[in-house]
This record gives sequence, structure tokens and C-alpha cells, in this order.
Amino acid sequence: MSGREPHTALAAAIAQNRRNKRVTRAWLLAPALTIILAISILPLGITVVYSFLTPGTYGGVTWEFSTDSYVQFLFQRDIFDDTLVFNSAYVSIFLRSIGLALGATIGALILGFPTAYFIASKPREQRNIWLFLITLPFWTNLLIRTYAMLLIIRDEGIINIMLMKAGIISSPLTILYTDTAVFIGLIYSFLPFMVLPIYASLEKLDFSLVEAGYDLYANRLKVLFHVIVPLAKPGIVAGSILVFIPALGAYITPELLGGGKKLMIGNMIAMQFGASRNWPFGSAAALILMALVVVVLLLNALAARRGASNNG
Amino acid sequence: MADPTTATTASGKPRHRRRRVRDLRAMPGFTATAWITIVTLYLPILVLVAFSFNENRSVVLWTGFSLDWYAKALENDGIRNAAWVSVKVALFATVISTIVATMAALATTRTKKFAGQGLVFGIINQPLMIPEIVTAIATLSLFALVKKITGLTGIGYLMMAHAAFCIPFAYMPIRARLETMTLTLEQAAADLYAPPLKVFTLVTLPLLGPGIVAGAMLAFVVSLDDVIITLMIAGPGETTLPIYILGAIRRGITPEINAVSTILVAVSVLLVMLLFVVQRRMQR
Repeated sequence: MSGREPHTALAAAIAQNRRNKRVTRAWLLAPALTIILAISILPLGITVVYSFLTPGTYGGVTWEFSTDSYVQFLFQRDIFDDTLVFNSAYVSIFLRSIGLALGATIGALILGFPTAYFIASKPREQRNIWLFLITLPFWTNLLIRTYAMLLIIRDEGIINIMLMKAGIISSPLTILYTDTAVFIGLIYSFLPFMVLPIYASLEKLDFSLVEAGYDLYANRLKVLFHVIVPLAKPGIVAGSILVFIPALGAYITPELLGGGKKLMIGNMIAMQFGASRNWPFGSAAALILMALVVVVLLLNALAARRGASNNG
Repeated sequence: MADPTTATTASGKPRHRRRRVRDLRAMPGFTATAWITIVTLYLPILVLVAFSFNENRSVVLWTGFSLDWYAKALENDGIRNAAWVSVKVALFATVISTIVATMAALATTRTKKFAGQGLVFGIINQPLMIPEIVTAIATLSLFALVKKITGLTGIGYLMMAHAAFCIPFAYMPIRARLETMTLTLEQAAADLYAPPLKVFTLVTLPLLGPGIVAGAMLAFVVSLDDVIITLMIAGPGETTLPIYILGAIRRGITPEINAVSTILVAVSVLLVMLLFVVQRRMQR
């Protein structure tokens, strides 16, 4: 039949078109992927290699295989008989960081959830203003925000001055350079990350469900915990992860508000590449931090999958 | 909204009922918490800004308005050099990251699912998912190695590192913009025998404009504000403004720092407000 020829020609043209599209796509993606692979992902590989090397005398590494960095994380070599003794110093820095990050996540949730709900219950025009106010701090310099926090929680900062003028306290509260300061600083730094995802899941909340709850004689608490919170769960989980992960690896907050004495993982890693110069150990610590982050993300993915299969 | 409860039992206590209906959405204490959030987020910055205009050297007592600290900060060579480095690095990072992010966004939107799509998204967003300190020391390790092998030094390393972590920030708004654009206009242009390049420059690019502007602004702000990666990899003479400020805070608090910090915050806030306006226009 005469119709067959054009058909194959058409098929060939479509195939050609598809091939062209694929080639174009590859060319368009190449620069971005090359830059990120070379400058963000390749270095992670190098970090893995470095973590198994021997520290150089003046920073850097010596190319000699060693697992010392990982051993050093848990143990200390006894100077006299070369036996390994458990050393809790680094483990306790990790536990401290996890504790502070968890605390900051809970604190951010306590402030963030009501805020997100409040914004979601506002008319559209007002919502945009509130959202803008919540987002704006995220785009201002974290270092400067932390420094500003330092200014107000100092012994002679505005908070102490106001409390003393009000006669609530007679001598200034020492907040700065304590765990409390780091905790406050972490909440302050990452609070917007909690509000925004919760808002996103509450934004489409059908308030008639809330009404239905009241109609069925539920009180406010019941409506909150049996209707609103379950609907906001994906946002709460996302927000908690978005606060927990950067809080866990925080550097600036403990550096400024903890006075460099109250260490967190981030400072400890940075120190290994600066003053104490043990790059392999710093690399190993960074990888252990990465592993923690991956565990959190995997747990989340697993929970999400289980949730999905339960619903379906 | 008609509430069945009110309708059936309104005869009892109408006033009480009406009030309950009106704030059905409200939860006790939530409004207060929202305000606490806003105060927490803004009070420290407002205090910082206020004291940058204080005439007294003290950062504690307010004595009067003055612009002295701004004058002092602008005369300070360290601050001026750092500001220049910051702008140079941020401009380079913005141009590179916006161009490659635009290309990547064109490749990943408005197509059917393609093999490796998830991987591509993962790679592009990778700088967002890893704690910054890890990226910082990893990049430092790579650059130390490259420097040792090639002997090349210079600010190029810092610029490339910034370009890399700016890509996902530039990519997000550009992709979002592309996803709202249908292919119909481009197809119409092609039907009218416009060659692909013309379709791109005369149809796609102008439509995509606001997205690209938004992406570039975010990239610029993110580069300008970076501390950790820059702290790790910047060599001597490559001090950016945030690194200068960090050093100054470590040496002791001065009103000069408040003035520079206020300027930096003002730049970010202005850019983000501009962005907000651009995006609002995009929605229309």
C-alpha cells in the first residue's frame, strides 16, 4: 500500500527527533552536572580516601594507609603499653550535638506548628505577608543573625537589661557561652525551616473537617490532635528533618554562642582542618556525620513508604 | 458558612454560639505563639540595626543617632577589600550558576520522564542535602590536592566552589517558572517557521525572564552570605565580608561591625523584597 512508505518515514523522523532531544538534553545538563560532580561529589570521594590516610605534620595527609582515624574516634592508645582504652571525648561531642539538635527540633516544633497553623487560618492576602516575614530571615546572613542574637543575650544585652529594669532579676543571667545559648541560637537559626513545610501541609487543610470535629462534640484539644496534627504530619516530619540536619552540623551557632568551648560536631570537624591539623581524623568525623544524616533520611524514607502502603 | 449546630440549638445561648462559630479555626495561644515567633526572628536583628546608628562607642547604652560607624566602616581598608572580594565572587558565582541552572532546567522540565531523571535531580540538589561543614572540608581536600598537583593558586577556587553550591538555588525558581509555561507558544513559533534558536531567544527566554532573574538573585544572596565553605577554602587575601565580620567578632564587639552587618543585611533584604515583587508579577 502506498500509505506504508510515509509511515516508516514518519517513524524514522520521530525516532530521529527523539534522538536529537536526548542529545540536546545531555548537552544542556552537562555543565551543571560537571560542576556539581567535580566540586561537590568528587570531593566526598576524596574525603573517604583521606579518612584512611595518615595525618601530615603541617596539615594535609601522608599517603600511608591507616584506620587510626576511626579507631581514634572511640579509643585512645595508651602511651605506655600501646593498648586501646575507650575514650568518650569524641562520642560525647556527637551525643551532645544530637541532643542539642533534637532539643532545637522540638523547640522549633513547639513554636513553629502554632505559627504555621495561625498563618494557614488567615485570609490569603495576610498569609502572604506572614509567609514573607517568616522567609525573610532565611535569606539574611546566618552569621549576622547569630551575632545579633549574641548581642541581645549577653550579660549586658537587652534581655538582661530589661529583666533587671523590671525587677525580675537582680544580677544578669549568664546565658551566653552556655548550652542554653546554643539551644536558643539553633532554634532561632532554623525556625523558618519548620514553619514553611508545616504551613505547606496545612495550607490546603479543609476547615470543614475541623468543624465536623466540633460538631461531633470534640473539644479543641481533641480536634487539634485527632484532626489537624494527623493532616499536618508530612509537614511536621519534613520540617523536623529540615531543622535537625542543619542543627546537627551547625558551625556558626556553637562557635559564637557557645564561645568555641561548647563544641558541636561541626566545630570539631573544622578544628581538625585548622588548629589541631588532623585531616584524616576530620575527614572520618565528617563521614560519620554524613552517615548520621543518611540514617535520618533513610528512616524517613522507610516511614514514608510504610505510611504509603498502609494507606493504599 | 452555615453551621448546623447553630441552626438546631441556637435558641439556647445564641451569643455564645455565635462566638464559637466565628473563631472555629482559632486555637488558644496560637496567635500569641505566632507573634513570639516573629519577635524571636526579628528582635535581635532590629537591636543590631538600631545600635549601628548609636553615637556612643558602647553597644549597650543608646546615647544618640549618628552615622559615624558607617563612615568608619567605609573608610576601613579591610572592610573595603573584603566587600570587593565578596562582590567579585558573588557575581562570578551568580553568572555561572544561573547559566548552567537555566540549561539544566530547560533539560529537565516539560519533557516526559527520562531515564536517570531521579539521579539528575539528586545530583543537582546534592549541595542542599549535605551538611555544609562536610562540603566545606571535602572541597578543601580536593582543592589542596589540585593545588599540589597543578601548583595553581588564586581566587578561582573560591569562585568555582561558590558557583557549585549556588546551582540548586538558581535552579529552583527557574524550574518552577518553566513548569508553569506551556509549550504552545513555542510550538506556534516553530509552526511559523522560526528556527529553533529564534524560538528560544524570542519566545522562551523572554517568558522565562522572571524565573532567571529570581534564580540569579537567590544565587547572589546565597553566595554573598556564605560563611563555612568560604572560611575553609579562602586563601590569604581572599577574605569575604562575612569572613571579615567573623574575625572581627572574635576580636571583640565594635559598633563598626554592627554597621557593616547592617549593610549586608540590607542588601539581602532588598534583593529578596525585589524578588518577592518579581514573583508576584510572575503569578499574574
